[in-house]
Amino acid sequence: MLQALLLAAVLGAIVWMFGNALDNLARQGIASGFGFWNERAGFAIATSLIEYSETSTYGRAFLVGLLNTLLVSALGVVFATVLGFLIGIARLSPNWLIRQWAAAYIELVRNVPLLLQIFFWYFAVLRPLPQPRHSIELLGLAYLNNRGLYLPKPILEPGFGWLSAALLLGLVGCLLWLRRARREAGSDRGLRYWLIAGLLLLAPAAAVSLAVGLPLGWELPEFRRFNFRGGLVLSPEFVALLTALSTYTAAFIAEIVRAGIQSVSQGQREAAYSLGLSPGQTLRHVVLPQAMRVIVPPLTNQYLNLTKNSSLAAAIAYPDLVSVFAGTVLNQTGQAVEVIGVTMAVYLTISLVIAALMNWYNRRVALVER
Amino acid sequence: MRVRLFALLLLLSCGAVVGLAQAASTLEAVKQRGHLRCGVSQGLPGFSTPDGSGGWTGLDVDFCRAVAAAVLGDADKVRFAALSAKERFTALQSGEVDLLARNTTWTLSRDAELGFHFVGVLFYDGQGFMVPKELGVTSVAELDGATICSNAGTTTELNLADWFRARGMDYQPVVFEKSDEVAAAYDAGRCDAYTTDRASLYAQRNKLKNPDAHVILPELISKEPLGPLVRRGDDQWFSIVKWTLYVLIGAEELGLTSANVEEQRQRSRHPEVQRLLSVNGNSGQGLGLGPDWAYNIIRQVGNYGELYQRNLGRAPLGIERGLNALYTDGGLMYAPPFR
Ligand SMILES: N[C@@H](CCC(=O)N[C@@H](CS)C(=O)NCC(=O)O)C(=O)O
Repeated sequence: MLQALLLAAVLGAIVWMFGNALDNLARQGIASGFGFWNERAGFAIATSLIEYSETSTYGRAFLVGLLNTLLVSALGVVFATVLGFLIGIARLSPNWLIRQWAAAYIELVRNVPLLLQIFFWYFAVLRPLPQPRHSIELLGLAYLNNRGLYLPKPILEPGFGWLSAALLLGLVGCLLWLRRARREAGSDRGLRYWLIAGLLLLAPAAAVSLAVGLPLGWELPEFRRFNFRGGLVLSPEFVALLTALSTYTAAFIAEIVRAGIQSVSQGQREAAYSLGLSPGQTLRHVVLPQAMRVIVPPLTNQYLNLTKNSSLAAAIAYPDLVSVFAGTVLNQTGQAVEVIGVTMAVYLTISLVIAALMNWYNRRVALVER
Repeated sequence: MRVRLFALLLLLSCGAVVGLAQAASTLEAVKQRGHLRCGVSQGLPGFSTPDGSGGWTGLDVDFCRAVAAAVLGDADKVRFAALSAKERFTALQSGEVDLLARNTTWTLSRDAELGFHFVGVLFYDGQGFMVPKELGVTSVAELDGATICSNAGTTTELNLADWFRARGMDYQPVVFEKSDEVAAAYDAGRCDAYTTDRASLYAQRNKLKNPDAHVILPELISKEPLGPLVRRGDDQWFSIVKWTLYVLIGAEELGLTSANVEEQRQRSRHPEVQRLLSVNGNSGQGLGLGPDWAYNIIRQVGNYGELYQRNLGRAPLGIERGLNALYTDGGLMYAPPFR
């Protein structure tokens, strides 16, 4: 009840603030409202996951920025988690050298401001790479230069839907087989078992390919006057930002993982060893599952931080939401209140979604009291 | 940036109090505070650049100083706020600065939709391109397919898109928030070309590792009239800043310089000089300023020609007057009569 009242009060205050802001804008002769959303943006954006050109609308530009933010954040979360767990475990390694190395990494990376690290990676990526004319060629298919990594781009042709369906069917069949086999045969995982699994996985797709031909083409990067065009491009901005975000957040995750592992009592480990489990098995089956209860809540925080930190992208020209929308769009339309309002709402929503997912996961790994 | 935007939100939302405070006279606020707050760019030689000893130099900086001289009688009573292209408008809207003199292009939408008044043109420029000599490019028309570096939130971004589209040409934009970042990335070979206002290109070229290895292409693809601007809603302040600009220009036409203005005030028989310098009466009265306002501008800062020569005309930039010459010399600089 009290909470409901508080919520109502806060919402009321926000509505009042916005109403007031609009009044003041009108008094100062500043345009307001969302009329700009469907107007022509008139500027270009370097990389976009969806169709976008100078003739697209500001609304479209917003989507482009949002998707770029989601892309770099999602990949950053994955890489930071993998790297963070590895380093966290290394931090407790019985090997002195590995332990010290992990500790040094954590100290160094945590104590240097992230923006500096982003610049470091950006110029570390840019400087050593050659100009487009002297690109490094990889197997005649991919090219590397200081404008990015150019890869062949898969082009989906008509009929691709069938292929995806067939692949899905294969996957389901394969999983069913694995489950059944595991329940029945227990330890018997011979060659025959894996052969059948593979066959089940690929047969439907192979049948479709034979019937309609492989519905997949490749667009190869091709050199023009200044650089390669076409193909799939990994820009230096994207690589630098992703690397910086992942390595930075990994240092924090490593400390969380270390704390989590240390929270599991030594007795558990000794008990596992005396049952004949190897150190690896002990870690995977005994220690980590219990440590997760301690790890997950602070891990959520790190994911939120990473997502918010991705807004530093503007410094190195990666077109994320803040750079494109709260930067260029804000400046071209001058509508700070609307643009910042939407931007805050987006970050809030992303944060709430991440928190909700992690809470759900947390409940799953939580110890079930019996 | 984020803090500033948040401040704007708060300011705008804190209701009538702020609304009234903003509507109150900027002139009074500046006088009470004892200094002028002026928004300039973060480091663009010729326009505004920190001089290493805590001060600032440049054409935009001198303009701010001229306003301080007119209003406070002391050109040194200015606090400069270094703003990126992205931040500048929010800073002026929110009242963080009294005036923006930050190589900003006068356009319809900025004048009409953002709640500003441009006071005039301090420098006529146009958008140019710089390329490494080794590319062998001699014209913008050859840049089809090029990667091009520029600043976010500028007219530059928009002109670029328009110009290439109109010609069916293709390009890859790389857009940074700060000019130093653009220069560093261009220097590291990230882009085939660097585009911005041409005078800025001259300035930025000097920041590169090897300035001689880069050329500025002959074409200009746009008009970039750069001028100071103020918030709407304070006509008196608008007039003060506008007439400060005209005093600078008019003084050059009348032959008044920082060196001779003292003597001219005593000796000159020229009725317009006498009027401007308040020999009898007060030319600043209608603006709410004291009789020495114009004298202080010229004495402490100089006339437009002096400002130009000191900041842009001489080495290292050496930019010709061109359109920025007085109308009597074939340029566009023209001040209404002081009468
Ligand atoms: N005149 C254009 C461009 C102005 C602009 O921001 N130019 C950049 C590129 S040279 C700049 O002044 N940078 C200086 C700084 O960021 O300190 C506009 O008003 O949009």
